[in-house]
This record gives sequence, structure tokens and C-alpha cells, in this order.
Amino acid sequence: MTALLEVVGVTKAFGPIKAVDNLSISVGGNEFFALLGPSGCGKTTLLRMIAGFEKPDQGRIMLDGIDITDQKANRRPINLMFQSYALFPHMTVAGNVAYGLEMEGMRGADLKRRVDEALALVQLSSLSGRKPAQLSGGQKQRVALARALVKRPKLLLLDEPLGALDKKLREQMQIELKRLQQETGIAFLVVTHDQEEALTMADRIALLRQGRIAQLGEPRTLYERPDNRFVADFIGQMNFFDGQRAVNGFEVPGLGVFDAANLSDVAAGTAAALAVRPERVVVSETEHGGNLQAEVEGLAYLGQDLILHLRIAGQAKPLVARLPAANPLTTHIARGAKVWCGWSAAHSLILSE
Amino acid sequence: MVVSRRIVLTGPGIIWILALLVIPCALLLVNSFFERGIYGGIDYILTSENYVRAIDPLYAQIFWSSARVALITTLVSLVLGYPAAYCIALMPKRRQLAYLILVMLPLWSNYLIRTYAWMVLLNSEGLINKTLLGLGVIDAPLPLLYNDFAIIVGLTYAYVPFMILALFSSISKLGPELREASTDLGASSLMTFWRVTLPLTLPGVAAGSVFVFVLSVGNFVTPDLLGGGKRTMLGNLIYDQFLTARDWPFGSAIAAIVIGIMMLLLTVQAILVNRRDREGTAA
Ligand SMILES: Nc1ncnc2c1ncn2[C@@H]1O[C@H](COP(=O)(O)OP(=O)(O)OP(=O)(O)O)[C@@H](O)[C@H]1O
Ligand SMILES: [Mg+2]
Repeated sequence: MTALLEVVGVTKAFGPIKAVDNLSISVGGNEFFALLGPSGCGKTTLLRMIAGFEKPDQGRIMLDGIDITDQKANRRPINLMFQSYALFPHMTVAGNVAYGLEMEGMRGADLKRRVDEALALVQLSSLSGRKPAQLSGGQKQRVALARALVKRPKLLLLDEPLGALDKKLREQMQIELKRLQQETGIAFLVVTHDQEEALTMADRIALLRQGRIAQLGEPRTLYERPDNRFVADFIGQMNFFDGQRAVNGFEVPGLGVFDAANLSDVAAGTAAALAVRPERVVVSETEHGGNLQAEVEGLAYLGQDLILHLRIAGQAKPLVARLPAANPLTTHIARGAKVWCGWSAAHSLILSE
Repeated sequence: MVVSRRIVLTGPGIIWILALLVIPCALLLVNSFFERGIYGGIDYILTSENYVRAIDPLYAQIFWSSARVALITTLVSLVLGYPAAYCIALMPKRRQLAYLILVMLPLWSNYLIRTYAWMVLLNSEGLINKTLLGLGVIDAPLPLLYNDFAIIVGLTYAYVPFMILALFSSISKLGPELREASTDLGASSLMTFWRVTLPLTLPGVAAGSVFVFVLSVGNFVTPDLLGGGKRTMLGNLIYDQFLTARDWPFGSAIAAIVIGIMMLLLTVQAILVNRRDREGTAA
């Protein structure tokens, strides 16, 4: 896959704060790429530099092999869908969508056809005469999307496109965004702080932390093989046991010595944490189910899953386990129950900060 | 409970407005339908004569020329005020206040003194003519004072702050995002101004224009001092009817017409603002 967008060593500081710090990513021609990270990690700043609204202090931005770092925003074949949609309140839905094409000098029947197509794509044809004030949040979001897509940019930037929507609509829109991306073949660079959203939609994810990349990779890699504790903690839920690499395994004080999937990569003496996902924790009422004894301290019923907080003697934090509804244990387990728990070495990782 | 508190809180304001605005206006309106007394004052005999007289070509011409001067003043204020308001609106918040205070500063000094200052600047021996003569740009002094030009300069100078304030509030409400969206969609800065910024700040344009127009039409000091009394504007006409001709009913009739026109303008402007606000908030 040849890269469409290449961000090379870009830095942007606001006073003493480096919002984006020597960051490099590349996005392929038909890729759905997600920028994920906590609030203030520089996602919007990076997007605004790619769109042309901020100038990087250092580094280059290339599109299709051409350096666009100094190109004006209105000349870049890139469109940005604003977090707040930024629809023109004095224009109708059709007027908003037509605006970008009018700027290219398009008029008459051509213009109308392209606008109609774009509105049909986002299923808004019936509302073309309305003003933005007469639309619901989800409808506004789709107008903003149509307005950006109608220009057929090479790259579409979306800043928290689903941020303002409720959960149900979000999930529906996630699927719709993915469909639109595949239908149009336009590369999408989507900013989100919702890890689930990134996992659902993206081909690849870059997780940012204070203006730098914490990890870049496919959703499965980030989830199953996080590079460090920050990534593991941000994406999904994770149990951590602080400890140290000993000669024969990873030693957690008061708990024992453990094997882990990446044990051989970790140098002896390294202080780190053993990490296990809650859904990888095996819980059983009999001893052969695991080698750690625990007491059920709390339960949370989620419908499809049951979350258990397991108190292990000598450990400060409870171990979180996630049992699927199909597990027979979920029907009768109660607070105070004595259980055995454990996990397979292949499903645990040793992670440092 | 709620109703009584509302009355207590709004009462003083309402009494103030009643006593100083509504009642005088009502008296004015009533007086305009009576005949003038032989030695000034009012004879309480009903008549519509005053309004018939007001549309006499002599007076209609004053209406028209006043409107023309006020309109030019409004346009000049708009052209000067918009860029200024735009620049201030784009500044960081903490610098805005300083500039707004600078804009309003002249309003805190005496109007007459400021008008005399313009006489000093504009007269044939004044600073501008002296400088131009000295530089050899002109051979004879330019007729800068005692004409419509001087009136428009004086009125613009006096009222441009109102224009700037009205425009500023409208432009700063807009925020940068819609301009960025326009740029992102391929518009040049000029196009962005024409298609997005200007249409969305029209309520401010309307508000500022109505302010300046209304204030200019009613002004009688500037036409007297800078216009040299040659140009009679509506303000002067009303002033003369009350204080020189002592024809109170006719003065009242003209004043009533002017107030009527102003109220019409303000209503149109308020409707415009209301409509924009409804569109804007839900954007
Ligand atoms: N115009 C600006 N002036 C000063 N500081 C800024 C500016 N824009 C961003 N910053 C700072 O840069 C950092 C990154 O901001 P940015 O808006 O890119 O974060 P973000 O990842 O988009 O966060 P969020 O998820 O909250 O939108 C923050 O510390 C922010 O305070
Ligand atoms: Mg942001």
C-alpha cells in the first residue's frame, strides 16, 4: 500500500506545551485510520495542521508525494469535518453541500446532480430544503459529512465526528461511516477519544500520548499486544500486578512467579507489571480451575457479561474478571463466594510504563 | 408571588420610561393635531393642517436632503467601521477591551468641543488647508467647512463608534469556525467574507446603520456649526419651529413623523436580528 498522506516529524508547540511532538504517521490511499488518545493529547492540533489551519513548527506534511506543508488550506485536496459540524446557518442543507462545489466554479445541472448524489449517499435527499437549525444532531452530522464528501477529496479528516450523538445513534453511525468510506474509496482520518469506536471502525489506529505516538497498529495488535502499560490501560480494561522479572519467570510479590507471552523479551531485573485482560481470567469453584484463591467482593451485571471483583489475599487491588453469560457460574455466583482463578500464560503480558 | 416580584423589579424602569419617553411622545403626538396659538403656544382646535404642511415641497425637500446626508454618513461609517470592528473581533480577548475603550473614548468628551475641533481642522486657515498649501499640493484653500462634506465628516466622526460597537458584537459572536469551514471547502478569504461573514453579520450592519442614521437625522448641532447653518436638516427644522418660529404644533408634527420613521426602521432591524438569532443559535 503506497502512502497517501505522510506526516514526517511534525512538531507544534503552544507556548511551553508541545501539542504535537516530532510525530510521524502515514495513511494509505483507501485506509480508515483512527487517531485515538486522551483529551489534550494533540489530536485536533494534528488534524488542523493536515487541513492547513495551523503551521507546524517543524516537520513536513506530504500528500501523494507532494509537500503541502506551506500550501493554503483552501487549495488542499483535503476536507475537514468539524467536531461541531460548522454548518452555515443561513444556507439550506443543499446550499451547504453545494458550497464547496461552487467554489470550484461548478454551476447548473452538474452542480445539482452532484449535490443530489451526495445527499442520497447520506440519505438526506428529503431534507435538502431545510436550514441547519431545523435538523437533529444526527442529521446535521450527515449534512457535514455530505458537505465534505461531495468535493471528492483524497483525504477526509473527521474530528470526533460522532462526539455529539447518543450511544445508539453513534453505533449506527459508526457502521454508516465505515460503509461510506468503503463506497467512496476516500481515505478517512478519524479523531476519537472513544477506544471502542476506534476498534470498531479503523483499519489502523495511532494511539497518542502527549503529542507522541504511544503505539501504532491494527486494532487487534493494539488490543492483544499493547507495547506498554499506557496502551493496555487506554484500550480496553486490564488487570496489572506490579512485580519484577526474576530468573525463572515474572515475580509478583505475595502472589508467585508467572510465565507470560512475552517473558523471553524481558531482561532480568526489569521492574514492570503483569497484565491480564478481565475476559482472559478463568474463574472456577473447584481447585483445578486456577491456582489463585479469591473471594468475590463485587458483582456487576451487564446483561451479556458478568463482571466480578475478586479479592486475592495480600493484593491491594481486586482482580477484575469478565464472564460471558454462557458461563454456568454466572447463574448462581454471589458476593462472598470462595473461588479459584487464574489465566493462561499466553494471555498475559509483561508491560512497563 | 412571582408576578408581584416582577412588578417590583421592573416598576421603577417602567415608570422612568413612561415619564420620560412615552408621555412626552404622546404629548407631542397630541399637540401635532392642534393649531398654533397666535403668540406661540397651542390653540386646542383639532386640525390635520400640520401634516398637510409637512409634505409641502419646501419641507419634503428638507426631509429628502436630511435623509441623503444621514444615508451618506451611514454608508461612510459602515465602510470605515466594518474593517475596524472585524480587526478588533479577531484580536485575543484581553486586547479587545483596550481597543473598544479607545473607540468609545471620544464619546466621553464634550460634543461641542469635538465639533469646534473639527472647525479648527477644516476651515480655510485650518490645519489641513495650511498643510496642503504649505506642501504645494493645492494653490487655494479647499472648501472643507460650511458645506455637506463638513456635516458628513462631523456626523461620521461622532457616530462611527456606535457602528463599530454594533458590528463588533455581531462579528465576535460568529467565531472562527464557520470561516474555517468555508476556507476548508475551497473559498478564498474574499469569498468567505462575501458568502459567510457578511451575510451572518447583517443584523449587526442593520443595527449599526439604524443607530447612525437615526442619530444623524436628528442632529442639529453639527449642521449648524460645521454646515454653517446653510443646510437645514430635520433636527434644525424641529429646533427652529419650537424655539424660533414658536410653532409648536408644526414642530410636533415633524417630530412625530421622524419618530415614526425611526420606529419603523428599528422594527425592521429587530425582526432581522430575531430571525438571524434563531438560525444562528441552532447552527
Ligand atoms: N490555539 C491554542 N493555543 C494554546 N494552546 C493550545 C491551542 N490549541 C491546542 N492547545 C493545547 O495543545 C494541546 C493539544 O490540544 P488538542 O486540541 O490538539 O487536543 P485534543 O487531543 O484534540 O483534545 P480533545 O480530545 O480534548 O479535543 C492541549 O494541551 C491544548 O491546551
Ligand atoms: Mg480535539
